[in-house]
Amino acid sequence: MIAEDLHKLLITEFGESAITGSNFTAKDPWIEVATVAIVDVARFLKHDERTQFDHLNDLTGVDYFEPDAKKVAKFNHQPHVEVVYHLTSYALRHRITIKVKVPRWKDEATKTIPEVPSVTSIWAIADWHERECYDLVGVNFTDHPNLRRILCPEDWEGHPLRKDYDMPLEYHGVRGK
Amino acid sequence: MSLTLEDPRVIEFDVRTDEMLVNMGPQHPSTHGVLRLLLRTDGEIIHEITPHIGYLHRCAEKIGENLATPQWVPYTDRMDYLAGMNMNLGMALAVEKLIGMEVPEKAMTIRVLVAELGRIASHLVGMGAYGLDLGTFSPFLYAFREREIILDLFEELCGARLTYSYFTIGGATHDLPDIIPIPPGLAALTKRNKNMKLTWLEAVEMFLNWLEPRIQEYHTLLTRNQIFIKRTAGLGILTKELAISHGCTGPVLRGSGVDFDLRRDGEPIYTRYYAGYDFDVISAPFEDAPREVVLGDNWCRFYVRMLEVVQAIKLVRQAMAKYPKSQGTYRVPYKMSAKLPVDEAYLETECPRGAMGFYIVGNDKAEPFRARAKSSCFCNLSVTAPLCEGFLLADIPAIVGSLDVVMGEIDR
Repeated sequence: MIAEDLHKLLITEFGESAITGSNFTAKDPWIEVATVAIVDVARFLKHDERTQFDHLNDLTGVDYFEPDAKKVAKFNHQPHVEVVYHLTSYALRHRITIKVKVPRWKDEATKTIPEVPSVTSIWAIADWHERECYDLVGVNFTDHPNLRRILCPEDWEGHPLRKDYDMPLEYHGVRGK
Repeated sequence: MSLTLEDPRVIEFDVRTDEMLVNMGPQHPSTHGVLRLLLRTDGEIIHEITPHIGYLHRCAEKIGENLATPQWVPYTDRMDYLAGMNMNLGMALAVEKLIGMEVPEKAMTIRVLVAELGRIASHLVGMGAYGLDLGTFSPFLYAFREREIILDLFEELCGARLTYSYFTIGGATHDLPDIIPIPPGLAALTKRNKNMKLTWLEAVEMFLNWLEPRIQEYHTLLTRNQIFIKRTAGLGILTKELAISHGCTGPVLRGSGVDFDLRRDGEPIYTRYYAGYDFDVISAPFEDAPREVVLGDNWCRFYVRMLEVVQAIKLVRQAMAKYPKSQGTYRVPYKMSAKLPVDEAYLETECPRGAMGFYIVGNDKAEPFRARAKSSCFCNLSVTAPLCEGFLLADIPAIVGSLDVVMGEIDR
């Protein structure tokens, strides 16, 4: 199934409020899904016989932000964080990219990281991918069974793939910069 | 017959053992690198197993955001250091997909030829190291003897033996070399004069002729060895559903009976490399398997790798025949300062250990806005807990070894 048809199918199933955007001219056509609807959409995509996306290739996050104030005018995006899901169906041999866009911070003042519902109950591998995304990009996956850091040490501070991340000067006596 | 108190076996049920926490790794020799497994055991039985990773984390993705894409290539071969060629290829292809570049036929032939040689080298290590995990040392020596020649050939090709950075955006850094001195290992094995000169392709041909009959010997040594079968068959059974749900790819997935190989079923930008080549996708079940073997067990995963070596030899031979007739150059120029479009591309390629994905987001700069490497071993390792729980401690090396993980790729 091509991306346009899939988009139409999702609109009829979930409505415009859940399927908030799409881009079919990108190298990998993508469909944007509202944060609250991602688990339902993911479950539908996996189990519906027209889609059968049984394989989660990759789950990752991208932080759209330009830390340099002088370059903000030239920056092509509004500041936000995207969680990107790449899906494949082994049975039907088709692919799609699903995106969820959230603000960079749930609470700007306290730097609380944004929340996205976890899809671990649908694809088991999402467990580790979401842990990595939480660790490096800083997205809080709600209902995740075990949301701990996976690559960085447990007591690490901050999320290194955030664009405004500052490398620590010192970690347990080891000099940074 | 039910047990009575007089039966000496009843003591087994009477004496309770305490649960114990055992740390396996991160320096345990059978964990293929710095993998730490935290085990909760009851005697020899494993109740819970928690893999801890990240000991080799080098922030490759963050580094990628600060480098032009050709500069990031050397970081990719340090991820899966046993299959650097295939990693370079995956990364270069992802960028080529993003910028819409097509490489000439000659570069494509070189890529298939060299990537498949890399696959042979990687699977040889996989085979040797797996034997080592199970307590047999000699297959490891044979595997390294063969791999040494491939490394010598790669050294003639690009100057490096492990971290090649040979494929770059637009093709390869060099054309295939012409006349080379015979690799010392090859001269010794084939009893040639060690001062002999020959073309690179002749050396590859000579090596393949030497390797091909040896595969039967490995089967005698390991695959059909009764001790090996006892340690692997029927153990670590990964069902098809579990493999798919855990995102397993490569030999692990095909060992569970899913007939899927990106070289045949991937995206057109990758499959066109293999169009016109005759090769089989190897997947379980196998008709010639010993009767103890169950679909998706350790033995199946191992056997998939062994048969893939045969297919890779076939592919290399076809690419060698195709090379002299191939049109175009080995590389189209790509400027280091060329800006990436405001778009993104995700591409998976079939590395020896599974589907390695690269996700490149461009934003009108030479450096990618986001450079992501999705590791195949990362997903393959995540099945450790469901596979090992309830089994014996001594089976852990057999099960984890059969997944053939490389920690450099998992931790990036």
